[in-house]
Parts: sequence; C-alpha cells; structure tokens
Amino acid sequence: MSDATAQPPKAVEGALGFIDERLGSTTFFKRNVKKVFPDHWSFMLGEIALYSFIILLLTGTFLTLWFKPSMVEVVYDGSYTKLNGVQMSEAYASTLHITFDVRGGLLMRQIHHWAAILFMASILAHMLRVFFTGAYRKPRELNWLIGIGMFTLGMLEGLFGYSLPDDLLSGTGLRITQGVAESIPLVGTYIYMFLFGGEFPGTEIIPRLYMLHILLIPGLILGMVTAHMMIMWHQKHTAMPTQKQTEEQVYGYPFYPVFMAKTGAYFLFTFGVLALMGAFVQINPIWLFGPYDPGAISAGSQPDWYMGVLEGALRIMPNWEVTAWGHTVSFNVLIPALVPLGILFGGAAAWPFVEAWVTGDRRLHHVNTRPRNAPVRTATGMAAVTFYGLLWLAGANDVIADKFHLSLFATTWFFRVAIFVGTFLAFVITKRICLGLQRKDADTISHGVESGVILMSPDGRYSERHEPARAEESTVILSKENARPEAPSRDANGIPAPDTKGPLGHLRSRLARAWTFDDIPIEPHDGGHGHDEVEAGKEPKQLSH
Amino acid sequence: MKRFTAWRRRPWAGYAVVLAALAAIGVIYAGFSPQTDRAEAEGTAQAAQDLANGKQLFNKNCASCHGLNAEGTKDAKGKPIAPSLIGVGAASVDFQVGTGRMPAMNPGAQMPRKEPIPPFNTEIKTDYEEKEKREAAEKQKAQAEKNLEDLSAYIASLGGGPEIPPASATDPSKGNVALGGKLFRTNCAQCHNFTGQGGALTGGKYAPPLSHSDVTPTQIYEAMLTGPQAMPVFNDTTLTPQDKQAIIAYLVQTREEPNPGGNGLGRIGPVSEGLAGWLIGLGLLVLAAMWITAKKPKKLKKS
Repeated sequence: MSDATAQPPKAVEGALGFIDERLGSTTFFKRNVKKVFPDHWSFMLGEIALYSFIILLLTGTFLTLWFKPSMVEVVYDGSYTKLNGVQMSEAYASTLHITFDVRGGLLMRQIHHWAAILFMASILAHMLRVFFTGAYRKPRELNWLIGIGMFTLGMLEGLFGYSLPDDLLSGTGLRITQGVAESIPLVGTYIYMFLFGGEFPGTEIIPRLYMLHILLIPGLILGMVTAHMMIMWHQKHTAMPTQKQTEEQVYGYPFYPVFMAKTGAYFLFTFGVLALMGAFVQINPIWLFGPYDPGAISAGSQPDWYMGVLEGALRIMPNWEVTAWGHTVSFNVLIPALVPLGILFGGAAAWPFVEAWVTGDRRLHHVNTRPRNAPVRTATGMAAVTFYGLLWLAGANDVIADKFHLSLFATTWFFRVAIFVGTFLAFVITKRICLGLQRKDADTISHGVESGVILMSPDGRYSERHEPARAEESTVILSKENARPEAPSRDANGIPAPDTKGPLGHLRSRLARAWTFDDIPIEPHDGGHGHDEVEAGKEPKQLSH
Repeated sequence: MKRFTAWRRRPWAGYAVVLAALAAIGVIYAGFSPQTDRAEAEGTAQAAQDLANGKQLFNKNCASCHGLNAEGTKDAKGKPIAPSLIGVGAASVDFQVGTGRMPAMNPGAQMPRKEPIPPFNTEIKTDYEEKEKREAAEKQKAQAEKNLEDLSAYIASLGGGPEIPPASATDPSKGNVALGGKLFRTNCAQCHNFTGQGGALTGGKYAPPLSHSDVTPTQIYEAMLTGPQAMPVFNDTTLTPQDKQAIIAYLVQTREEPNPGGNGLGRIGPVSEGLAGWLIGLGLLVLAAMWITAKKPKKLKKS
C-alpha cells in the first residue's frame, strides 16, 4: 500500500494542472469519478450496443477505403474466378474486391455485419430489460424515447447498409423498399421517384444510400448515444431492489476504479466475441448470391433479423387492394409496412405516459420493479414479445416449411391466426404466472421458508419447521408496492373526483382498476397470525425438553 | 433369239423382269453384308432379352400403379393415380428410379428422394475387405446398373422420349461457370435457393436440395430435361446442352467450394445468421456480463 498523501510525479501534476487551469477538470472529475454504478448483469446489455456501435464505426471506416458506391457497369475480372466475365455494378465488384483481394477485408466485412446484428439485438434485449423492470418510469421517459428512436434509426441504417453491395439478396430488399414507398397513398409514386431518381433500380440509389449510411444516420445515432449517456449519467442508473438499495441512495461500485475496469473489460469482451464470429462464422456471402439482376430471385430471401418482423407481416398479409377513381390503394403492402411496427413502437413510446396516467403515479423511481409485481405491464410486454416474435418467425416461413417439412400455406395460415390468438394467450398466461409468483411471495413472507427440519409432535404427527425468510430475500420480496386502495369515485357529499369525470375519466378509472384489482398484498410478517406451520415448529421444541 | 423376243412380248414378261431384278439385288446385298446381318440377328436376340428383362422389372415394380401397358391408372373418381409412361423417355426413368423416387413409397404431395430399392441401387457399398463379399457386392451393383438400363430401354421402346445424356455432356469441369451462375440465378434459384439448398413450394411440395454430393451431374441434367414432379421442363431450346452443362458446372463447383468466411451456416442466408447472432453473439456476451458483474473487488480503498 502506497502512502495516500504522497505527491504525484511532477510530469503528471504538470499535465493535469495544465488541463485543470483551462477546463476546470479537477472539480468535474472529483465529482464524477466516484459516480456509483449498481451491479447487475442485465445492466450490461445496453453497453453491448454502445461497444458494437464503436466497432461499427471503426470497421465501417475501413470498408469505405475500398468500397465504390457506383452503379457503373463493369465486367468482373478478379480473384473470385467463378464470376469472371460477369457484368455487374462497380459497387458489387468493389465488395468482391474487399472480400477477396484486400488483406483482412473479408474479416472486416464480417465483423462489421456481425456488429450490426449484435447492435440491434442488444438494443432490443436492453429495451426489454428496461421495460420489464419498469426502468422507463419517471424521470427516465426521455431516455426511453431516445432508445426507441435509436432502434428505428438502426433498422434504417441496417437496411441501407446491406443494400450497398448490390448483390442479389440486397437488391431484393431494395425492390421491397420500392414497393413499400409506392404503396403510400397519393404520394407513393413521387416518393419512389424521388428516392430512386428514376425507374427501379436506376443508378442513383446506391450513392444516395451510401451517403445516408456512412454520414447522416451514424451521425444522428452518435448524437443520440451521447444524449442517452449524458442523461443516464445525470439521472444515475436504476438499481435492482436489494437490501442496501433505496430510492434515495444508489448502492454499487464507484466508476473509478471498479466500474471503469469492468466496462473496459466488457468492451474487450464485445470486441472479442465479434472478432471470433467474424473469423469463424460466415455472414452475408455476397459472392454466392451473385450480382443483382431484377429478373432473378432466390428461394429463402430474407432480410437481416431486425427487418424480419416487416417481412413476416408482408408474407402473411392477405392480398387486399382497393381501386377507386383510377387510384389503387395497396393495403396488402401498406398495412404490413405500417401497422405492426406502428403498434409496437407507438405503443412503446406512449407506454410510460399512459401508465403514469392510469396509475396516477407521478413520483420519481430509481429502484426497479420485479416483473411479477406489475402483472399488467409484464403481461403486455410478453404479448408484445409474442406478437413481434410470431411476425418475425413468419418472415422465415419458407425456411421453416422447408426444414420442418411443413406445408408452406399451412405456416402462413398458422401465423395469420397465431398473431391474434397467441398475443392474447401470452397476455393471459403471463398475468396468471405473475399473480402465482406474487402468491408464492406472500406465502414466503407469512409462512416462512422450508427449513428441511422434520419434527414429530407428541401425538406422532410430523411437520416441517418453517423459518422466516433471510433478510436478503425478504427485502427483495417486500420491495413490492401493494396496490393502494382506490380513491372513492364520489366523496362524502356525492361529488365525483375530478379525474373520474367524463368518458376519459371513466376510462382512466376502469383501467386503474384493471391494473390493480387482482393484486395480492404482501405485508411484512408480524408473527401474530398464528400460522400452523410456524407455530408447529416452535411448540414441539418446547415440549420435547 | 427369236424365242427370247417372243417371250419378251408375253404379258407376264414385265413382272418376271422386276422379280428377277429384286432377286438379283437381294443376292448381291446378301453377298456384300453377310456378317452384319448375322451380328444384327445376334444383337436383336440380346436386345430382345434385355427388353424382356426390362418388361419383367416393369411388371414387378411399376405396373401396379402405372398399368400393365404403362398407360397410367385412375382411381374410381377418375382422378389420376399414376401418369402414363409412354413417351417419358429413358432419361426420366433413369432419374426417377436412380434417385429412389420411384417406385414410390406412398402417394403424397411429392415423392422424396430415398435409397433406391435393391434391384436398382447402383450406389451400394463395394469396398469390402473380404473377397467374396466384395465380389458379391460388385456383382449386385453391375446387375443393378443393368436393370436400370433395361428398364429405361423398355420404357423408351414404348414411345421414345428424352435419352440419358452422355457423360461428356454432363462433365462439370467442361462447363462455363460464370454463365451457369447467371442461368441458375435466373431460372433455378427462385425454388432451389442461390446455392441450391432447396426451398419450400406450395401445397406441401418442395424443391429438393442440390447441394449434396449424391445429386449427380447426370441426374441434374435429366431433371432439367424431363421436369420431374413440380419442376418445369427446360428442353434443349430453352436451355441448350451447353447451358445445362454450365449450370451443372456452377452447382458442382459451388458445392465443392469451401466457405472462406468460416462456418457457412447452411448457406441459406440471413435466417441462420440472425439465429447465430442472437444465440452465439448475445449468448456469449450475456455470460460475460454475468461473470464480470459477479466479480467483486476485494476491498475498496478508503478516500
């Protein structure tokens, strides 16, 4: 152990002094390096996204050095001899060049693509964690909205990114993009023409997507990441309900030295996993797909996973089209493109505000809820997961039909029914599970936990002694906030409460009742109830002596 | 001379001259080609024997569905059970029986590829250590090859049809790979997937994978030529023999090509990639997160 009062070396002191005198950094660091971060594995999910994003920026920069966003037709003549003599766009040819002729090019391409997959996957996982633990509640609604914005931008960024190589698969994705643009009523054809600068595919789209992909959208995401981090830093991280955690005080490890070391190590983990996948698992083999040709298509053409939900909606949508006054409205494309994600993202964005309105809860929350203690929220979340998951699977219905030897039409009809029935069932089942777990918690608190000690009473009866739950466990269980008794809709003089008036007020009070009516109250055990098991554990002990 | 002149004028003289000329031609022809005639007679006998073998095999294995004269059969409602085989050609028989699709196990949306029944199984194992076993297997294999040939010849004898392509037409090393890839993506990939992994079709049908090594170049050629089951026919005007060879070259060279980027994940595109991203990528990082958050510092320095 070194002496804490020892003076730092002159070089360090000089440099720090230089910065401090100009930026006042010492005060800033003094306040901030000790920032406390709570410890839980699920709090690292968002960091995967952050670190994947950094790796995306670095590998992406490498790729721009050789990629040519050009639709000029060239005849390939390179290392991949199977395509020699084939006409293709310069974009595709330069991607082949990166893959087969640039040292480390294929590895960089694969790390870039895996990082994109992981970026989106970790955002979704992180959002699910935030939702199910109620971490989006006041004061963190803004960060929740920024997160949804980043996920949406990430989808666009990914779509544009995998369109750039101009291979057969990405061209198919662009073709669908064109169809979606065209399906917008009234302005569809204009949007399509503005976007593509002429008839599909044209020569404009690749350079335009390239600009959006490497400049505008990453810039926006970077700005949002910064805002997200600064807001999180300012508001402090939420924490799981543990013994030492309170609403007033965060319990965890300081940023310096503990959390900094952990998060630094976690960056290396993320980089390591991505490097391993980039080296050993092939992704987007564009040389096998071939150059894009509007006349060609492949079985099993799917987008990357985060677009799968749109693909699935499009695949199971019935062929509805309306033609009126010489205009066609293509509901068969418009509805799958807008409705499912509209419900999911719109619903997610509105949720924190709707929940606060329904429950009338305007307090600040820094300690997370256990999912079971908010059954309606958890059930709604699981319903959304099911809805999303089924649409996602439907996007792969031909692969499922092929690999599991099912009829393709049968899978389509299954998903058509399941997205409604499954979503409803998921809600009901999840809510029942939550309530069952609440009951178990109530039981643990009132009856204690099984001790494994079997006792025989004087009349020969056997019973197991129950012991009160350990403090650690009971704190977690007692973190549940029991439903507050409903405010009477009319006071003693028969005057209705202000927030129950009108149709909106009625709706609010009905929703509030639905939120809490089957709540199972969990009270700290006061020992005065005379429960058999606990008492049975005590009595024989006294009698046997 | 006078007599001859008189005969010349008889009514039957013209006939006699024609007859004499025919006889002379016959004698001359026989004199010039006695050997071929004898060999042909022998060959005809052998061919008749082979044809009889083919017919016998047909009666034993195929006739129950396709009818005793290969005319096809219908059920009581007039719905076809099995199609007529007149005019399907030797290539079709070689494909259907050689890939084990025929004789069919049970009627369904589509006949699956399976191990051919023993009399037609040309892919049996022959590399036994024991001499007797090896010879028996080799004999069986030769017999199977002959059976397949005889059956094909028998069906071809009923009404012609596409013939089995010669080995020179299916050699994958002689085709133009770049052209083959283009043709494959335009004509085949929509059902068989860009690397020939197969895919689902409507009504329980499917396009079988072409990526396994047991799908021989000859079978690929025959399939294009005859359009088995749900597959359309690509005759020689749609895809010339050179085009077919190019497609075979593309398929065979693609499936033999290693994956430069690591594990190919079945080469079916983004579905398996997404699965790998979630399960391997996120899975490993969640484990890392659990490990890293479970680590507690021994003691924090007070300050």
